[in-house]
Amino acid sequence: MKGDIKTKLSFLIMGIGQIMRGQIVKGLAFLISEIFFILYMVKFGASYLSKLPTLGTVETVKQGRKTVYGDNSFLILLFGILTIIVILVFIFLWYLNIKDNLHDEELLKKGKELPSNKKVLYSLLDENFDKTLLAAPVTGIFVFTVLPIIFMICVAFTNYDKNHQSPTNLFTWVGLKNFKELFSFGSHGMGSTFFQVLLWTLVWAFFATFIDYFLGLGVAMLINKNGLRFKKLWRTILVMTIAVPQFVSLLYIMKLFANDGLLNGYLIKWGLIDSPIQFWVDPMLARVTILVVNIWIGIPYMMLIATGILMNIPEDLYESARVDGATGWQMFKNITLPYMLFVTGPFLLTQFIGNLNNFNVIYLLTQGKPQSMKLANNAGSTDLLVTWLYKMTVNDTNYKMAAVLGIMVFVVTAVIMLVVYNRLPSVKDEEGFQ
Amino acid sequence: MSKGNSNAGMRKNKKTDLTISYIALVVISIIWLFPFVGLLLQSFRSYDPKVEYGGMVDYLIPKTFSLDNYRFLFSGETNFLKWYGNTMIIAFFVALFQTVVILCVAYTLSRMRFKGRTFLMRFWLVLGMFPGFLTMICLYFLLKQLGLTQEGAIPGLILVGVASSGMLYYVSKGYFDTIPRALDEAAMIDGASRARIFFTMTLPMSKPIIIYTALVAFMGPWCDYIFASYIAFGHDESYNVAVAMTRWVWTNDYQGYFTRFCAGGIMIAVPVTILFMLLQNYYVEGVTGGSVKG
Repeated sequence: MKGDIKTKLSFLIMGIGQIMRGQIVKGLAFLISEIFFILYMVKFGASYLSKLPTLGTVETVKQGRKTVYGDNSFLILLFGILTIIVILVFIFLWYLNIKDNLHDEELLKKGKELPSNKKVLYSLLDENFDKTLLAAPVTGIFVFTVLPIIFMICVAFTNYDKNHQSPTNLFTWVGLKNFKELFSFGSHGMGSTFFQVLLWTLVWAFFATFIDYFLGLGVAMLINKNGLRFKKLWRTILVMTIAVPQFVSLLYIMKLFANDGLLNGYLIKWGLIDSPIQFWVDPMLARVTILVVNIWIGIPYMMLIATGILMNIPEDLYESARVDGATGWQMFKNITLPYMLFVTGPFLLTQFIGNLNNFNVIYLLTQGKPQSMKLANNAGSTDLLVTWLYKMTVNDTNYKMAAVLGIMVFVVTAVIMLVVYNRLPSVKDEEGFQ
Repeated sequence: MSKGNSNAGMRKNKKTDLTISYIALVVISIIWLFPFVGLLLQSFRSYDPKVEYGGMVDYLIPKTFSLDNYRFLFSGETNFLKWYGNTMIIAFFVALFQTVVILCVAYTLSRMRFKGRTFLMRFWLVLGMFPGFLTMICLYFLLKQLGLTQEGAIPGLILVGVASSGMLYYVSKGYFDTIPRALDEAAMIDGASRARIFFTMTLPMSKPIIIYTALVAFMGPWCDYIFASYIAFGHDESYNVAVAMTRWVWTNDYQGYFTRFCAGGIMIAVPVTILFMLLQNYYVEGVTGGSVKG
């Protein structure tokens, strides 16, 4: 145990050392946070924390007409997690408090002056400006992202579903049971459905990314061609797709391809077909149609990006190739494409990940349909993992499996990121093209 | 002689090449504009069965042009104006606050070196790998505790839209990184605090990225279906346009609503598109800058 009496006192009462040394602002901040912590634990935290291992034992019962509410598993889990985090933060603050005390003591021993209160406050606008700027965003992310994600990860290990809805029913920990269900291939398991949906998710992400990439590049080169006029007009027409909210354009296109939609209507009228093409009914055709519609969505975006990059390719590379008598195709293959791939490697990766989770296109076009008897849990032939997850949450209130699925999406994303990222040429060799 | 010939050949070659390009671009333009033209034309078809059918038909150009659908939207038979207002309010405030949050985070991560900086960036990257609406039920519950669901869904949706936006700092940080640090150092020698540098020097230099950030944030809520449908669930007056009008297309009982959907779609698409077109250059700059840096 180091430190003088002031420091030692602040082991128990945070901030007291600073206050006794005249650093009232800092000391009060520590003191107030300790008071809040104790109040929180006594009034709130302790009881939730003690129920966390069981998630509540008192059932809600009906006594005559009155409902007497018992424990609420949802609240217990949520606030139990919150309490654990609050305790961790408090321990960290306590550690900071001790460190600060020892630091002050050291300074005084050396005969130096402590910074004045005014200076401490002013530092929040200068060398500690980062703390001022980040305080609100980090808190927001913590409450609205970190806490809910931890909560949902925990839900994956409980039996929280439509038969165990709080506050009427309790739910409790079940260990790895849900994961076993996801990976079991029997008549009750979801194994085969899961792998079919996963496969389609990967296939979709691959084609959606690369078809759009190359076609977008093609359109960009078309517009960039020397001597071509109205460049701005062509670009503007394509960019309209980005401007119009997707739910408007995609829902319209969905109806365009419907059995009684415009496209089928005209094809029948012109005598090209007898009965409507089942764009959204046939599983394979629905998948292809989605990919085609996604080209309509994806090309403009890719075109914008490619245009910017194409302009950066040094013109003399092409000049010297032309002197050597290279054809257009050779120049594309040996200059344009390698350059593009090199520069846009990370972009392709983010596009791929984005497409894995591309909720809007799938859900607005098909809602995952057509439904199939071969798939469990209401999954459809065009469902991605994320749309399946969404349907499980909203339609089936099967929260436990939705949580498991969410974790699987995370695992898939993380694995792809880790495997691909370090192999990207622009990451391996930053100077490559300079 | 031979040289002249090959030149003329090349010129001719180039001419056919350009012609093909023009044809291709015209075809592309038609395909890309078709849904919008269709939307516009069908929005003028009457839904009144005495005049023309309002559901799905097999022709593009309406037999009679009428403003019935627009009249319906403004007549107060549905809450369309309310939904429109809701979305506008959400989009405005999300754009405002999200821009502030993103700029704060991006500036800090670009300019300040502090303990835990790389940890924070890695941690957010990992958080981003979880599907966003995994947390939906938990958020719904949190908001419900604050009274921000159903009746209060609009402030609730603004809160959800803003709260976690710090993680979207990437493009803005890339922009701040391109502003030379020497400028900051010079100002610091003159005794300016970091806050002063941020507000009086960096921000005025960052107009393009501020506009880009605000534009992207403004466009988001117009398409938000997932959270809006969950948080406002069952309370018609708190719906945004996406949630409310999606019902008109999906439910088969609402066959006659298809042309009304088209009219509503035009009402939404036109102002948003005009805004977007006006700020197009900033958008392009942001998108290309952000993607090249990865």
